[in-house]
Amino acid sequence: MDAEITLRVDGEQHQLTVDTRTTLLDLMRERLGNTSPKKGCDHGQCGACTVLLDGERSLSCLALAVAHDGAEVTTADGLARDGELHPVQRAFLERDAFQCGYCTPGQICSAVGVLQEVDRGWPSHVTEDLTGDVELSRDEVSERMSGNLCRCGAYEHITPAVQDAGSAR
Amino acid sequence: MTDLLEPRAIGQALVRRDGEQKVRGTATYAYETPVEHPAFAHPVQATVARGRVTAMDTAAAEALDGVLVVLTPFDAERLASTDDAEFAVLQSPDVAFRGQLIGVVVAETSELARQAADSITVTYDEQPHDSELRSDRPDLYKPEKINPSYETDTEEGDVEAALRSAAVTVDHVYETQMLHNNPIEPHATTALWDPAADVPLTLWDSTQGVHPDRAAVSEVFGLEEEQVRVVCPYVGGGFGSKGTPHANVMLVTMAARALPGRPVKLALTRQQMFFLAGYRTPTIQRMQLGADRSGRLQAIALDVVEQTSKIKEFAEQTGVPTRMTYASPTRRTTHRLAALDVPIPSWMRAPGECPGMFGPEVALDELAEELGIDPVQLRIINEPDVDPETKQPWSSRHLVECLREGAQRFGWADRGPGRRREGDWFVGYGVASSVYPTMRQAQSTAAIRFEDGRYVTEIGAADLGTGAWTVLPQIAADALGVDVDDVEVRIGDTRYPIASVAGGSSGTNTWGSAITVAAREFRSKFGTDPQPGDEATGDVDQASSDEEHSAYAFGAQFAEVRVNADTGEIRLPRLLGVFAAGRIINPRTARSQLIGGMTMGMSMALHENSVFDTRIGQVANHDLAEYHITVNADVGSIEAHWLDEHDPYVNAMGSKGIGEIGITGTAAAVVNAVHHATGVRVRSLPVTLDKLLPGLP
Repeated sequence: MDAEITLRVDGEQHQLTVDTRTTLLDLMRERLGNTSPKKGCDHGQCGACTVLLDGERSLSCLALAVAHDGAEVTTADGLARDGELHPVQRAFLERDAFQCGYCTPGQICSAVGVLQEVDRGWPSHVTEDLTGDVELSRDEVSERMSGNLCRCGAYEHITPAVQDAGSAR
Repeated sequence: MTDLLEPRAIGQALVRRDGEQKVRGTATYAYETPVEHPAFAHPVQATVARGRVTAMDTAAAEALDGVLVVLTPFDAERLASTDDAEFAVLQSPDVAFRGQLIGVVVAETSELARQAADSITVTYDEQPHDSELRSDRPDLYKPEKINPSYETDTEEGDVEAALRSAAVTVDHVYETQMLHNNPIEPHATTALWDPAADVPLTLWDSTQGVHPDRAAVSEVFGLEEEQVRVVCPYVGGGFGSKGTPHANVMLVTMAARALPGRPVKLALTRQQMFFLAGYRTPTIQRMQLGADRSGRLQAIALDVVEQTSKIKEFAEQTGVPTRMTYASPTRRTTHRLAALDVPIPSWMRAPGECPGMFGPEVALDELAEELGIDPVQLRIINEPDVDPETKQPWSSRHLVECLREGAQRFGWADRGPGRRREGDWFVGYGVASSVYPTMRQAQSTAAIRFEDGRYVTEIGAADLGTGAWTVLPQIAADALGVDVDDVEVRIGDTRYPIASVAGGSSGTNTWGSAITVAAREFRSKFGTDPQPGDEATGDVDQASSDEEHSAYAFGAQFAEVRVNADTGEIRLPRLLGVFAAGRIINPRTARSQLIGGMTMGMSMALHENSVFDTRIGQVANHDLAEYHITVNADVGSIEAHWLDEHDPYVNAMGSKGIGEIGITGTAAAVVNAVHHATGVRVRSLPVTLDKLLPGLP
């Protein structure tokens, strides 16, 4: 069964007829040619497909495209504006916070989401003071980034990269 | 002796050349290759663990609008070579393990391909299967060799007599678990068969070596190598599982050949990877040590039992590091295999050394305790002057220095012999050695051409995240005596000169040697003022080589473990490694490789475990929700340091290879720290709290 939707991806508007079984991830990768979000598990278990969906970090492999008519999607590629890398991307480069690069776009979208959530004062499992501002400590970042698996084992560099980008805001 | 390159670009912590594409997500991995009008393939897998497919009803699949090809063992093309049973896809209705490929569907969309594959009904003549690894199986056998071509068994001196007369002995069985490589990029291919083209078959394949991949595919399909092009600029992790092609590559090639002119894409699902993409065999290691009162080893014996599949043998060389790490007048290593109705095991990061540095390094800790000698000191006491196996001198060996520097950096002196409790947590420190052989492959060629004022260096190498895109220009720059910005390196395509697999931590050593020879040729032919188009090539076999020395990288890893006194929860706040791995070409990418290896070692120690259900013959936890790998919040501080090691014997770069040593010894260091914290000795990986709770003080 097909459905008509509109979708804005990295600033570009699309009018689409989609199979109602199609995920946002497959739509981007297999129909729109936007392969910045990656498929690692297709089950919401690895985080490689993380994008910003209407501004919030979200697993695009668990989102059916038909359920997001009118949505705005930003991928890691879309975070780089006018050829300028996003501060989180620059921090990942500087810290060498990746190796193979396959989980990286998801890590970066997730990190952008983390920084927004911290700015709003959203607590996490490891937040000790639930009343004040959230401090961007190592534990806070590690906890919040744990939905994004990295098999190359770059966590030791990912966490400080997110902290760097956060403190540069 | 080799004249080492004068390091100018070498040693610089340059940012990855492919970094910007990777942080944007625009680096194109195999499945992502932009092609016109692709079709999508989905495999059909056997749902019995052994037997024979008697019928496949594909009518419902074929009736779906948009289904383009359905292939089964009854109608697929006959392959030119079926010598390798793993590659002989759809050649017979026999099922050798659950999950084996028995069909494929190609359709206009990926959703449709999956729906069609699911609609195929398969009838089997199911046979009983046998998939349980036990060390008391009567049918264990001795393989002719172990991976890749080591002696299966070795023996020196009278081990039994030495054990009988030793003042102190240790005799235990240690077990490492079944592990799956699980790179985050699934095994994936875009395949195009265009019979009229000069190069009819193109595979954009996720592989650790485009040339070895091409060699395998051309043999299976009876093509000349020149008729096949393999392209792979980026690999989303491999860890050995993309070191050789697996059955999925043959299946997608077959599917593409059934649909000439249409590119066909196939990516294994995460679940399918647990059946088809290789894994590390579980190992059962009986380890015996005998020592005198001063701690000097008198006997070392390691008898290993592990599994292979019935249809294709892979014998993990688990006993190999025991042959050379420590001195002893007597020594034995043996390997026995159980051939089972199971998926085919293969390479996983540091095959041999990784499991092989578990049992022995834990046993040494047990011996240290028996003797009342510090575990660091016990290792130093047993330092050999020459390679105990070959009797050759070392090209360089600084294990003792790694142990000493690591102990100092870690604060090992604070350890104390007894248990320490801080609040609700028992705290313990553990140590283990790391080792990995320094290898160089026999075949690789580099071409250097002067083009638009730059030195273009081409070689069919692979960058799995290891940094080849960045590190090879550094080597070429120093070999040519030019600025690194004046060098462009192109890799990952069989259109470039032949390169060896990125495996055995040999990539940089091999390709860098070929590049060094090519640079020398280039300079001797064209001097320092070349003309556009001037080109020279160099082969690795022209690089100076050393047969007189035994070459290994060494390291020492230290772990701090905390175990909750009430729940048994295990935390690993600190892991510190010091390595001696020759000259480090790029400290930035090197550190990532070493901490990455250590993180995977931590994952092996505490998290990963493929739980094989022998009743049904499959891994029960075959996805990333149930197969746990270390996540960000599991990691405390992971530090990797290295010694400034000079080695004039290994190659012109003085480099030893760092992709695998980081995972060796880690699990033993963790287990030893857990014992120090709790008094509980875990001899079977992974360490989970159920193994600790009954023994907690």
